[in-house]
Amino acid sequence: MSLKRTDVLLCCGSGCVSAGSLKIKSKLIEVIEQHGLSSEINIIETGCMGPCDYGPVMLVYPEGIFYKKVQVKDVEELVEEHFLKGRPVKRLMLKSEDTIFQTKKDIPFYKNQVKVALENCGYIDPEKIDEYIAMGGYEALGRAVTEMNPEEVIDIIKKSGLRGRGGGGFPTGLKWENVKNSESDQKYVICNGDEGDPGAFMDRSLLEGDPHKILEGMMIAAYATGANYGFFYIRAEYPLAIKRIKNALSQAKEYGLLGNDILGSGFSFDAEVRTGAGAFVCGEETALIASIKGERGQPVSKPPYPSESGVYQKPTLVNNVETLGNIATIINKGADWFASMGTATSKGTKVFALTGDVKNTGLVEVPMGITLHDLIFEVGGGMVAGKKFKAVQLGGPSGGCLTADHLDTAIDYESLREKGAMMGSGGVIVMADNNCMVNIAKFFLEFSLDESCGKCTPCRVGLKEMYTILENITAGKGRSGDIEKLENLGKTISGTSLCGLGQAAPNPVLSTIRYFRQEYESHIEAKSCPTCVCLDLMHFDIDKDKCIGCSLCAQKCPVNCISGSREEKYTIHQADCIKCGNCQEVCPVNAVDKISGAAEKEEKLNSVAELYQ
Amino acid sequence: MASSEISDNILYQKLQEMIAAKKDLRDPLIEILRDAQEIFGYLPAAVQELIAQELNLPISKVYGVVTFYNYFSQIPLGKYVINVCTGTACFVKGAPKLIQMLEDELGIKAGETSEDGLFTISTVRCVGACSLAPVLLIGEETFGRIDSRAKLVEILDKFRTLA
Repeated sequence: MSLKRTDVLLCCGSGCVSAGSLKIKSKLIEVIEQHGLSSEINIIETGCMGPCDYGPVMLVYPEGIFYKKVQVKDVEELVEEHFLKGRPVKRLMLKSEDTIFQTKKDIPFYKNQVKVALENCGYIDPEKIDEYIAMGGYEALGRAVTEMNPEEVIDIIKKSGLRGRGGGGFPTGLKWENVKNSESDQKYVICNGDEGDPGAFMDRSLLEGDPHKILEGMMIAAYATGANYGFFYIRAEYPLAIKRIKNALSQAKEYGLLGNDILGSGFSFDAEVRTGAGAFVCGEETALIASIKGERGQPVSKPPYPSESGVYQKPTLVNNVETLGNIATIINKGADWFASMGTATSKGTKVFALTGDVKNTGLVEVPMGITLHDLIFEVGGGMVAGKKFKAVQLGGPSGGCLTADHLDTAIDYESLREKGAMMGSGGVIVMADNNCMVNIAKFFLEFSLDESCGKCTPCRVGLKEMYTILENITAGKGRSGDIEKLENLGKTISGTSLCGLGQAAPNPVLSTIRYFRQEYESHIEAKSCPTCVCLDLMHFDIDKDKCIGCSLCAQKCPVNCISGSREEKYTIHQADCIKCGNCQEVCPVNAVDKISGAAEKEEKLNSVAELYQ
Repeated sequence: MASSEISDNILYQKLQEMIAAKKDLRDPLIEILRDAQEIFGYLPAAVQELIAQELNLPISKVYGVVTFYNYFSQIPLGKYVINVCTGTACFVKGAPKLIQMLEDELGIKAGETSEDGLFTISTVRCVGACSLAPVLLIGEETFGRIDSRAKLVEILDKFRTLA
């Protein structure tokens, strides 16, 4: 790569690519060539920069100017004004009411973030090993294999306080030590990239945005534990991540960083990619190991733990992508530096995927111990316009929902678990007050029910029972005692399932009952959905005072259940209404309201003509 | 020989070549099934039988794996499989409504294939593009923020003209 006066970093994370960043790239190349600037300007495709909501985003160095929502039609202006005349284009910069944020470091979204696992993500070209090496890549590996013995490496990781980032939070150093202490002629390391939690995309972004860092982390783990072969187990749904890791492996091989006698240290290592085939339960380590062996991904009971008997009955270390992403930086900067961030029990930083009704959706990395409030309202920029915060869901289908009362909670493994949620892999879904919590609980339960491998009866049959009760509740057929039944079932399933999926599957239901009990009660006793989400427990009504009698609603009604006239205004005949919501969408004066509670029973019409009799 | 048989033969030949190339990997069953599905578009019984035979595995094991994983299909799929993301973020932002609109537009239910064999509606667990919710995938292409019927129709039309 030759040195040029300007570097244009174009985010090509999944979010920005689907917003059109590849089209921007080809247009940029074209326009830059037209102006004869090809020898002066570098265009670099990077991994996810984080603020996905503003995609496609672009960073221009040396100034560090940040552009958002760049369109193909903006490219000519950008090249002529900024690259040619040196006048950055203000209208493409991020703004708040009164300020324009020129450079990346001015932007509030980045201010409270500390990037460790994500340090290169969005800054280097993930397909070029040279760029990774230029950022200090593979230095940690070099130091580990030439200057340290495995005990020393494990000692650093233990001292750093790093814990598993996949959700469980098991101390990483201890896990490594267990594998190291298992005697065997052959050991394996697995990178668990089966990120299946809905609402989580940090592992994807790491694998796509900085694949060499994950590989380096895996190699250091292998050196420390005595393994010489690794598997990247990556979901089939992440084709780009698979491609990037394969590419990283072949580049590392070419550079002699993978293979026999690495850096003359006597340490040998090689790795391959195995792809998942769409089974959430394969994120569980014993199920994952079964899947690597080409079998149905069903968990087996522990012990023996994978650290004693894993792939091919050999000691196996299974670490999450983000966990491995922290390793090289810890070796480089020291255990004390890492442990200086976070709380007493949870050290370092955590990557979160912020989504839902929050302004700045995207990928963020913050120190452990940050409060939920700061994460959502400072880094996340607060709720999207016009919406009010109701709950935040953490930990996916194994986690729980917390309320406004919990916003002061510091994020660490213990405090979240205490309150009925969990760190999980780091999906944070912010929900506004138009979400029905019973319905949300049903959604998660449906997920776990569908993904249950079917091995244990409590999970296979118990979740189905819980789901049926929730279905009844949301359909207006709830009975008193249902809440208690759900609680009972939930506790039994948690206590008697073999693997993490079954043990945690009732959490979304139990946590919503704990914090939103009145919503359940209102569904069951009053047959009313307060948020008007459950169709059987709400109805549409036309406000006669607002209605202007334009008849649009009647025209758009697919079942012809709306009648009236300009003078009399319009009425919905409730018995025939299928609650499609068309009338509300088309009403020009917002006269159609959603009302909680089912409508008064009327006799079904035989024909619209009856309305006019 | 009917033309479909000839093309079938070409597919089987491809399958044999692929199996031969991957056979000696350690436990290649899932990898081979994935490639076989690429070749045939789905995994008919005959293909599963052949794979079992070549890998020297009981057919029950192959069938067990095929039915365990969501990725594998035993029925033919449309030319374009529309995968609607039903992850939490998409759910909160209206994935159920999106599926309903798709079903209306194509006149089929989720899981079914349109009569012209062009589209299959399928749902998929989180694809990790949550900030673009609601999202759907066609092939490897991701389409985000599909919050109106017009946007959806535009995408469908694009693939109709491609076909």
